[in-house]
Parts: sequence; C-alpha cells; structure tokens
Amino acid sequence: MIHKISGLLFLSLLLIACSQTHETTLDNGLRVIVREDHRSPVVVSQIWYKVGSQDEPAELTGISHVLEHMMFKGTAKLKPNEFSRIIAANGGRENAFTSHDYTAYFQQLEKSRLPIAFELEAERMQNLVLTEEEFNKEIKVVMEERRLRTEDSPEALAGEKFMVTAYEKHSYRNPIIGWMKDLESITVKDLRDWYRRFYTPANAVLVVAGDVKPQEVFALAKQHFGPVPAAPPVKSPEVAEPPQKSERRNRVSIPAEVPYLLLGYHAPVHASAGRDGIAEWEPYALSILGGVLDGGQASRFKHELVREKKIAAGIDVDYSATSRSPTLLMIEATPANGHTAEETEKAIRQQIERIRNELVTAAELKRVKAQVVASNVYSRDSVFYQAMQLGRLAANGLDWHMLDDYVEKLNAVTAEQVQTVARKYLIDSNLTVTILDPQPMSKGKPRAAPRRGGGGVH
Amino acid sequence: MFTRGLLLIGLFSVPASAFAGVKIEHWTLANGARAYFVESRELPMLQLRVVFDAGSSRDPADKAGAATLTAAMLDEGTKDLSANEIAIRFEGVGAEFGAGVDRDMASVSLRSLSDSGLLNPALDLLAQVLEAPAFPAADLELKRAQSLIALQKDAQSPGAIAAKAFYRELYGQHPYASDPLGDEKSLKAITREDLIAFHRRYYVGANAQVMIVGDVSKRQARKIVERVVGRLPAGKVPEPLPPVRKLITGWQKHVTFPATQTHVNMGHPGMRRGDPDYFPLYVGNYILGGGGLVSRLSVEVREKQGLSYSVYSYFLPLRLPGPLYIGLQTKNAQRDQALKLVRQVLTDFVVNGPTEKELEAAKKHLSGSYPLRIDSNGKIAEYLAVIAFYGLPLNYLDEFIPRIEAVTIKQIRDAFRRRVRPERMVTVTVGGER
Repeated sequence: MIHKISGLLFLSLLLIACSQTHETTLDNGLRVIVREDHRSPVVVSQIWYKVGSQDEPAELTGISHVLEHMMFKGTAKLKPNEFSRIIAANGGRENAFTSHDYTAYFQQLEKSRLPIAFELEAERMQNLVLTEEEFNKEIKVVMEERRLRTEDSPEALAGEKFMVTAYEKHSYRNPIIGWMKDLESITVKDLRDWYRRFYTPANAVLVVAGDVKPQEVFALAKQHFGPVPAAPPVKSPEVAEPPQKSERRNRVSIPAEVPYLLLGYHAPVHASAGRDGIAEWEPYALSILGGVLDGGQASRFKHELVREKKIAAGIDVDYSATSRSPTLLMIEATPANGHTAEETEKAIRQQIERIRNELVTAAELKRVKAQVVASNVYSRDSVFYQAMQLGRLAANGLDWHMLDDYVEKLNAVTAEQVQTVARKYLIDSNLTVTILDPQPMSKGKPRAAPRRGGGGVH
Repeated sequence: MFTRGLLLIGLFSVPASAFAGVKIEHWTLANGARAYFVESRELPMLQLRVVFDAGSSRDPADKAGAATLTAAMLDEGTKDLSANEIAIRFEGVGAEFGAGVDRDMASVSLRSLSDSGLLNPALDLLAQVLEAPAFPAADLELKRAQSLIALQKDAQSPGAIAAKAFYRELYGQHPYASDPLGDEKSLKAITREDLIAFHRRYYVGANAQVMIVGDVSKRQARKIVERVVGRLPAGKVPEPLPPVRKLITGWQKHVTFPATQTHVNMGHPGMRRGDPDYFPLYVGNYILGGGGLVSRLSVEVREKQGLSYSVYSYFLPLRLPGPLYIGLQTKNAQRDQALKLVRQVLTDFVVNGPTEKELEAAKKHLSGSYPLRIDSNGKIAEYLAVIAFYGLPLNYLDEFIPRIEAVTIKQIRDAFRRRVRPERMVTVTVGGER
C-alpha cells in the first residue's frame, strides 16, 4: 500500500504525557522506567544498552550490531535460538535494533508473561556464550544483511559516502552495520570484550510500557536483574567533530537508474544544547524549521519544489534532536525528470537562503504546531512507540521528564528563533553535498562496493 | 530457577476476558455503504478508514496503475479547492490523510483529534475528496511523473524487480499479475478521463465500507459516517474478477541483474480470504516460514547455514487466491545451494507435516499473541477493514483463538498436500553471475 502521511512524524518523536511514568534504579545501577497504559492487556519490555556504532574503534565498525545478532545465540542456560523459541511459544514478538547510539532488545507480550521476558533478558545480560561455531555462521548472516541493505542499493552507497564526508572525526561517519572489511576481520574475542565492557547493569536502561503496575514491575525487575553483578561504569572516549570550515561535496558515480542527492548541515541536539553558546531552545527551533520545510504536503519543499516548480520528484528533511552526539539536519531529494541533481540542489539552497532571510509566516508556524499537538496524541496509540520514546531519551543521556513540557516548548518557538537557527546552522560552510550520478547498469556485474570509508567509490 | 517448565507456567491462565474486547457495531447506509464502528474512549482521537473494491485488479485493460493514480489524485484538488488548499486544511487541524491501493482494495484513511472544532473540518474535507475529486490535469501530470520515477527506482532494486516478476509469472493474464504502480507504457496511456470514469464506477456506496474507531459515541459515529460517505451515489458492486488459473507445471525464470546477491522468490497461487483451508494453512505456514526466526526455513537456511539474512514464507490471502510467497536473498555464489535447501525443507514439510511439538508451539504463539493484534486503534481499524472488505463474520476476532486451537496435524498435512505443490511452483531469481 502506498500511503501518504501528512503528519510530522519526526516531531512526534518525543511527545507523550509523563504523569503515568515512573522510575527507579537498582543497587547494581540498572535504571528501570515504567510507563502505564491500561488500554489493552499487553506489555512491552525493552532493554537499552548505551553502546552503538559511535563507540566503535575504526577497525571494529559494525561490532555492536554483530553482537546484537549473537545475543540470540545462546547463554549458559539457553541453547542457540532458544530465547526466541521461548518468547514465541509465549505468544510474544521480539527483536532487537542497533543504532549509532544504542543497542536495544524488546519483547511484546500479553501482560502476564512479563516475568519470562525479564528472566531471559537478565540471563543474557550476564551469561552470554559466544562460540566460534555460532559466530562463523552468524557473521555470514550479517554480511548478507549488509549486501541486502547497502551493497545492492545505490542510494545507500551514496549515503555511506555522504557520512564519511560530513564527519571527519566523529564515528557517526561509519555505517552502523560496519564496513565489509571489518566484518571480515572481527573475531569472537573482540565480541567477548565488547560484551563484557558494555553489557552491564549500569550501562543499561530497562523500559516497560503497558498494562502494568509500576511497583510490581520494580519488584520483578529487582528479582531478576538485581542479582546481576555491578560493574564499573564504562565511558567511551568522546570525540568531538571539529567545526566545519568550508563546504564539502562529492559525486558517487555508480550504476543506477535515478539520480539522488543528499545535503546535510551540522546541527546541535538536546544533549549538546544549553552550553557552549548553544541555547536550550535551539533544537526545538530546528525541529519547527524542519516542519516548515517538510512537514506535510503544504510544507515549502512539498508545495513549492515538488508541486509548483516540479524540480524534485521527492524531498525529505530529517532532523533528530535526541541523538547522543550532535547530528545533521539532512535533506534528501530525487530530482524530477528533466532536471539535474545540480538544478534540484540549487532550488533547495534558494529555499534555505529564504528561510535565513525572511521570517516564516504566522500561518506556517500555526500549522506546524497544530501537527505537533495532534502527533502527540496519535503517538500514544502505540504502546511500543511510547516505550521507544522513553528508552531513546534515557539511553542517550537525556532526562525523559523533558517530555512533560516538550509540546509546550515547541509551541513557544518564534519565527525569530527559526530564523536565528537558520542563520547559525544552515550556512554554506557547514554544508556537505553528495550527488549520486547514475552510470549505465551493465548486466550481471555488481557495483564496486566500498571496502572501507568509501574506497572504490569516487 | 531457569527452566523451560517454569517459563511456561501460566500459559493458559490468562482470563478469557482479556481476549474479548472488540465490540463491533455494524449498519448499512441508504446508498449501500456499510459501516463498522468500535468505540474507544481512552485517547481523544478518531481513526477512519474507507475502503472500496477499487484496487489494482480493477485497472482497465492496458491501463495498469489507474487504480493507484485515482487514489493518489483524490486530494489533488476538488471543484473548489486546490491540492495545496486541501493540504493546508488537513494539516491545519493536525489531521493525517492517506490513500493507497493494493491488488484488491483502495483504502483512504484519516486520523484526527476528536475535538469537534478540529474533527468537523477534516470530515467535511474527507467527504469532498471522496465524492468530488476534480482530477486537475496539471496535478495528474505531476503524479504521473512521480510514478514513472518510482518505477525507475524499482528498476535499480533487485528485490522490487524480483517481486514484480514473481507476480507476472504466477498470474499471467490475470489482473493480479500487474504491479499496482503500473508500468511505463500503461502509465503513459492513462488519461484524465480514465480516472474520472474509474472513480465514478468504483467510488460508490454499494462498493464502500467505512471503519471508524475512536473517541465518539455510536450516535456520533452514525452522523460521521453519513457525513463522510452518505452523499456518494449508490452505484453497483463490480463484477467478480476472472478466476485465478491453477499452475499445472512449475518453471524457473532468471533475470540477470548487476547485484552482489540473488533474490529468490518461489511459489504459486495460494489461498483466498475465507478459504476453507485458511486455518490449517495459516498455522502450518507459521511453522514452515511464517514464525520469524523460529520457523523451519529460518532455522535451516539462516540459523544453521548462515545463507540469508531474511528467509520466509507466507500466504497472502486476497479476494481470490493470492500467492504462497517464499523468499530469500543470498550472495550470488550461494544461489543454487540456498534454492536446493529451501526446496528440501518445503518438500519435507509438505510430505511429513509438522511435529506435535511444533504444532503446540505454533498454537501457543498464535493464540498467545492475540492481544498484540488489537492493542491500538490503528490495528483495530486495519482488522475491521479486512473483516468488512472480505465479508468475514463479525465475530471473526472472537473466533480466532478457538479456530487456531482446533487445527490438527492431520489437517495441516492434508491441506498442505492438496494446496502446496513444490513441483508446480514458479521460481524467480534476480541477481548477478555466480
């Protein structure tokens, strides 16, 4: 089904009411956050480890994600895949995901099965068994995953090239799934070290949402996770990305059918705001700015560039204010037929110039804010999503209480503040541009994929 | 203690009341439109979905993509409002409008806050775009151009190429064969008049079902439904689709494509909604390839051999038999090895059926996960649409667990032997040289 959603999905990221959210910390340092939602007899349990691809050294890219795969491969008490079998036989759904910032595991269950999820999750927090045999099979699965998502996708390859260009030092430059070369050289010992270092109670956050009572969940968490031994806190060395001095650009010339372009401006996040000359309101203003440019079919990009000028077939803005490290305000676009990527880029940059030079209108602000308020309510229709919001904030070192006044703070953003952040961040010297320049697709021969850092792609 | 026994305690101790829960109100409007309502007061929001028998299987001959374009054009302008004015009005009240099609149905959805000052303008607008879209010529050209680019993007994706080729091979001349998006030639042939005619023919009361879930009373719901689709002309229910042919022999089709992996799709027409074998096939397929990482296909192909990131099988039940769809991707050099293994697992399952233990685990999962299927307004609205569109009994959800629990090994084996024929399957492979 093709669905056109005119909502501001990215703005709804944080919007939930907090009155029904409770928190405790176990003696071993594990934080437990519980969100009550009694609409249905279900529960979601998520454990978030504060380790993601940004914590990886240059030659071990992808190791967090490989470890995520290996977490299903057996423990002292569980045979490989038995975790999944037990959850399935209890009517549960489960999976895991790895990002630049965190690795998280979840189970969705009928509410009476929560103890099962806790028992299993506490077991693999401390007793994972990593064997050569299982690793040798699973690393092949991860390589297939990389082929599927990246090697055979021209846009994903262009995206990798973009990231290594936009970031010089910070490891956001490396793909979450890792470079193939590193996947080929990661060892079981590397994984054991990674597991020991990051999979500790104090480096994790347990989030439970659903038809539960907080005190009962706390007691249950204490029973299952309490015995996990405490470990010294881990701290990854923080690598600051040096300020960008001038515009960066490159072309990725690979076999493809459709041109594509990526523009990204370095931008602050909540975690970096409130100090170093970055006002606390700036990420809120950037979120609203994103809404003016791309929030729905009436937004500037959709209305003016896609519909009126017909210079882009599709265009999207992505800005996530809740990352652990400073992020990018990204614009990705597909040129309309008959237009080059450069022409589309020029039209986008004219729009950026306009938002720097002119105040956004009261009508635009009002519309974006109406979407914010509505998204806040819609997001509460999903129990899973509510847990995601809390977990993401907590894992990234943000205080989830910020949800209490998040809508209010977005609503307080003024046209002048939008202009201020546009003038501060949406400037040429802070911009990276990558253009996918399609080359003829010769039959049968795969694209030359980057071994590392974009080598093999020009 | 950590034992399997302990973990399974309480499996059937869930009170039955936890499973009851979706109370469906149903009524029919004067123009034949049927309404399905579930009251849900916890959140101040409303989920509406209007479905028509107007999916891509209703595309006129040589005009594949007409159904998709019709749906995409609904909010592109009415007699009085431009596309941009429509967008401003929906978004100004925080409403989310969406429209799309699959092979059977066109589906138009609206999510709105239930506050009447915000809801009412959104409902009026929804009624207008359903009843009187203007299909402005310039906006049609824009949508057509966007669809052509979407086709080009599909042409650089081995997965998309494989899926399209699979449906073409399976369904031949049947309307299910074509891609809902259309193809380059058909998209270029579609005229504004085609869309106007398509809309007039299919977006009518007799052909409409309205789902409404959320924070309103039944009395309000009746008014809302009347307001949204009450003015649609009655029209007629469309003719039945031509029958789907049964394959009497299998074949293999390879598409050479410059990729590191080969995408493999395998299957044949499978089952329809309301099929008498639905539950044995559904439960059986969970064991074969539907159960995520614990299915036989996943265990053999992924867990034991590391051949693929994703390997699965599913029945897509449509009005007529939709495909039994088996899929995986693996690096080119492993193509034959993976294919051989999948065929082996499949044949073994068809011949021997599941074990007692597998069936028990499947039933536990499928009944135990029932509450997860209906835990949000959005999911309930989707279920309602399936129940309504395919004429399933209103107590379908209540009957779900008993029907699952009643399935036996013998029924699964019997249904699979009759309905799943590995020797009559089409195999599509898209990928590079080995």
